[in-house]
Amino acid sequence: MEINNFWVYFAARPLFWILVTLTVFQLALWLNKKARGHSLAHPVMISLTLIILLLLLTETDYDTYFEGAQFIHFLLGPATVALAIPLYDHFARIRRMLLPILVSCLVGSVTAVISAVGIAWLLGSSTPMLLSLAPKSVTSPIAIGIAEQIGGYPSLAAGLVLITGVIGCLLAPSVFRILKIQDDSVKGFALGLAAHGFGTAYALQMSMLAGAFAGLAMGLTGVFSSFLVPLVVRLAGLG
Amino acid sequence: MLVGFILLMLCQLLGEILVVVSGLPVPGPVAGMLILLIGLMIHGEVPESLRLPAEGLIRHLSLLFIPAGVGLLVHLERLAQEWWILAISLVVSTLVTLVITAWLMQRLQKKQDGAEVMHGDQ
Repeated sequence: MEINNFWVYFAARPLFWILVTLTVFQLALWLNKKARGHSLAHPVMISLTLIILLLLLTETDYDTYFEGAQFIHFLLGPATVALAIPLYDHFARIRRMLLPILVSCLVGSVTAVISAVGIAWLLGSSTPMLLSLAPKSVTSPIAIGIAEQIGGYPSLAAGLVLITGVIGCLLAPSVFRILKIQDDSVKGFALGLAAHGFGTAYALQMSMLAGAFAGLAMGLTGVFSSFLVPLVVRLAGLG
Repeated sequence: MLVGFILLMLCQLLGEILVVVSGLPVPGPVAGMLILLIGLMIHGEVPESLRLPAEGLIRHLSLLFIPAGVGLLVHLERLAQEWWILAISLVVSTLVTLVITAWLMQRLQKKQDGAEVMHGDQ
């Protein structure tokens, strides 16, 4: 009884769940290092699994958790604004390659939305699920915003984005091998477009050039998609 | 550092206001990012006081996804019902997106490089 009261007291404080989130993430970073950065052992996937298990075991609901975790969540806004800095840093290169970049990004973003929603729709998925699936290739801070706007579940959208990131990193090496792609800027760009932040982190392991193009693709896809996804949803009559 | 944080949040606030006023279908922070990008182009460089907090935030970007991602908890039942649809859709769609983007970008880049070489010869 005593211990139970103690738990109720602590679990209700915002501090507790902030601390849990940070500690679990640090632990996940460490585990990821042990697994030599394997994309299946992505720190975010490990953290999500551990925290969800912890919440289920302690019968804590998501609202209680979020009361603390919202302080971390809040930083997504300023972090999204901060993506302007890498975009600015690579601006000279972007300007030179502007046409290939814009065309590939537009075609890639459209492909990502339509293929994901189209396949799920053909397989009979529910509308809220389709709306949460639509921004799956977009970096989470923007995807959450898009999902909120078109009427999907923001938290579900964020989760699907993360899963997409892992899938992208797993598939990319084979795709590049089969298509015989050697140029790091192309590899990075495709990774950043299809698998946002996860793809960018993976591209940075290849080279700085790949990383720069991945960051660029991630930013541009985010901007394009925030116009494009609501439009596609409206045209498809889902919104 | 503090100045940088103020700038980031100020741009976000301006972005949020712009979105509400104009009704553009963009999340406020994205509008804020574009405002900051334009500001940096006008200013001509990234102030050190801005670079420090901005790169700190970007470096830990994946940590910031976690609170929203844990929200999958609320949707476990829905996920259990539709997991195979999601799995097929996510894998096929991500594969197709990777293939099309990489292939197109490579083609266009080669074409442009070729055009530049020809241009250089003239």
